[in-house]
Amino acid sequence: MGHLEIRNLHCSYGADDILKSVDLSVDRGEVVSLIGPSGSGKSTLLRSLIGLTPPRMGTVELDGEEINYRNRQSLRHLRDKMAIVFQQYNLFQNMNVFRNVTVAPLKIKKRDKGAVEKTATELLDRVGIGDKHQAYPDELSGGQQQRVAIARALALAPEILLLDEVTSALDPERVNEVLDVIRDLTRDGITMLIVSHEMSFVKEVSTRVAMMDAGSVVEVGPPEQIFDAPKEQRTRDFVGKILRH
Amino acid sequence: MEYDFQFAKVFTELPYLLGGAWLTIQIAFIAFWGGAFLGIFGAIGKVYGGAIARGAIGAYVVFFTNTPALVQIFFLFYALPEAGIVLNPLTAVLIGMVLNSAAYLTDILRAGIISVRKAEIEAALTIGMRPLQVLSYVMLPHVAKTLFAPLSNFFVWLMLGSSIAALFAVEELTGRAINISTSNLRTIETFVVTASIYILLTIIASLFLSFIGRTVFRVKAKVM
Amino acid sequence: MFERIIEEAPRFFTYYNLMFVLGAMWRTLLMTLVGCSIGFTVGLGLAVLRRTSAAWLRPARYAAILYVETFRRIPFLVVLFIVLYFIQPIYSGASLLAIATVAVCLMSTAFLSEIIRAGLESVPRQQMESAEVLNFHPGQTLAWVILPQAWKVILPPAVAFVVMFVKDTSLASQLGVVELTYAGKILVNKGFSPLLGFGAILAAYFILSYPLSRLGAHLETRLGTSRNT
Repeated sequence: MGHLEIRNLHCSYGADDILKSVDLSVDRGEVVSLIGPSGSGKSTLLRSLIGLTPPRMGTVELDGEEINYRNRQSLRHLRDKMAIVFQQYNLFQNMNVFRNVTVAPLKIKKRDKGAVEKTATELLDRVGIGDKHQAYPDELSGGQQQRVAIARALALAPEILLLDEVTSALDPERVNEVLDVIRDLTRDGITMLIVSHEMSFVKEVSTRVAMMDAGSVVEVGPPEQIFDAPKEQRTRDFVGKILRH
Repeated sequence: MEYDFQFAKVFTELPYLLGGAWLTIQIAFIAFWGGAFLGIFGAIGKVYGGAIARGAIGAYVVFFTNTPALVQIFFLFYALPEAGIVLNPLTAVLIGMVLNSAAYLTDILRAGIISVRKAEIEAALTIGMRPLQVLSYVMLPHVAKTLFAPLSNFFVWLMLGSSIAALFAVEELTGRAINISTSNLRTIETFVVTASIYILLTIIASLFLSFIGRTVFRVKAKVM
Repeated sequence: MFERIIEEAPRFFTYYNLMFVLGAMWRTLLMTLVGCSIGFTVGLGLAVLRRTSAAWLRPARYAAILYVETFRRIPFLVVLFIVLYFIQPIYSGASLLAIATVAVCLMSTAFLSEIIRAGLESVPRQQMESAEVLNFHPGQTLAWVILPQAWKVILPPAVAFVVMFVKDTSLASQLGVVELTYAGKILVNKGFSPLLGFGAILAAYFILSYPLSRLGAHLETRLGTSRNT
């Protein structure tokens, strides 16, 4: 039994079916990257998993327990264990860095203040923002904001981390500082689902890669298989296109 | 409370009320265009004028936008006779509303003038446009875009604001409502019907103005 | 005409008249501030209600929209009359000041609700998603994330609206509320020159309104450029 079991997941946005039967099984501690052409449903899958665009059909099991996306309690339980980092960082603009990281554990989980602040300090040090606790998001560069967003997502010690194109909005010279942080996290054994266009990074950190096209997963396998010996034609086409340059 | 609503007594007066509504529209129209005429001079003076002109226009705007139109009209109506100028009620209301709306429109139009950035004009001149072309292809579309919504909203606002004319016995919509209610004594019914006419009137105005905005000025204006 | 003013001035600028005008000024301010405060609170409620998505609240959402769209399209004077004739038969003990204040509430609720709604909408949807995935309740999201970011969009037009209403309460004089405008009429009826009477009243309104409108303009420039604190 995997850490996360996705079966026959469907999701529509308005009249459009974005996800058409997604099946994917992710083991504990795995780093699974989703690749595929834009519009293939990678981001929607992540948003769907965390309940922002609830699935229309299909099941998602977390540790063998099915998530009921229509039930508030079940959704809260899910979000206690799963965190997401967005492309646009989405830090709370009205809170400083430290507050962004501590607000959920303090105010929502009502955890001990001393412990929360200690964890937050450690996390911010780890992502290299240790000297900017009092800064507001609009005073930081994109790369810095994204690293704070990662620290915020980790503050509740999630078991699963979803990373939704976290480097796509960054200036090229800022991409590596964020990738370094993520690379560091993969050593922790936290389960990760990554949507990224940084193919060499995907190749390097992923335990498995899932190729998505037209709303479903067409091929899953270790990076060597997907990038060097893809079995599906669509994977071959896509990989051929992106690796040519 | 036992209250026996009798709307029939008001509905028979509907043509009379609608006649008042027509005067409401006319008053709003005069207040708008009279105010716009003065306001254009005010706005141009405020932007391009010398220190004295700017100061005088500023004082005018600040005074008229910080005091109630009703008291301004009271002042015209009761104080001017002291100086030998006797105005009939409608004239006093119209003058008061024009002076008042001129102040607001000076501010609105000024924003429009400022919004035409210098750079755009210079850019247009450097690619060889003649001043008249600059005016019609660069400045006016830009001004229309920034001004159409606030001007439209202001007109709707004037339609509602013109109800103060009733307090000077002018027989516009509210004035006629007062007349009816004092004769048929169905006050609530009369004013509810009157309110409905105002709602209808402003909705029609809003729809009409957004239509004009879309078709003539190519502005997607959300009118109140 | 100026001789008359000079002649009347000593009789006009007396302690009694000053207190009379100050009292009227107080009632003008009271109607505006009490009415707009209640209007702001209820308007906030309506604006929040309109953002909900629960199916069972749909009738309430439509009612809120209907209310807002209706009262923004009726002249304050007509609302005053309707409130007056509606309340008086039910509760004859209601003071005219209270009745006028109720009318201010009804109007300001509609207008301020629209202002607040625009402010809430100015906060990017992603901010709410961020809060949602961190398990914020909708109320917590509103209080800790949306309102702290929306208030600087809400405040300048809200202050401008209050300034407008200071002036609009002059219509309450028609009900017989002794606010500034009615006070002016009383002074003129006592035989003072309209130039003096209404002139003083215009000055009194200006004293109330001008600082507020300066505050509004100040907030607009300050909040427009300031950081999100």
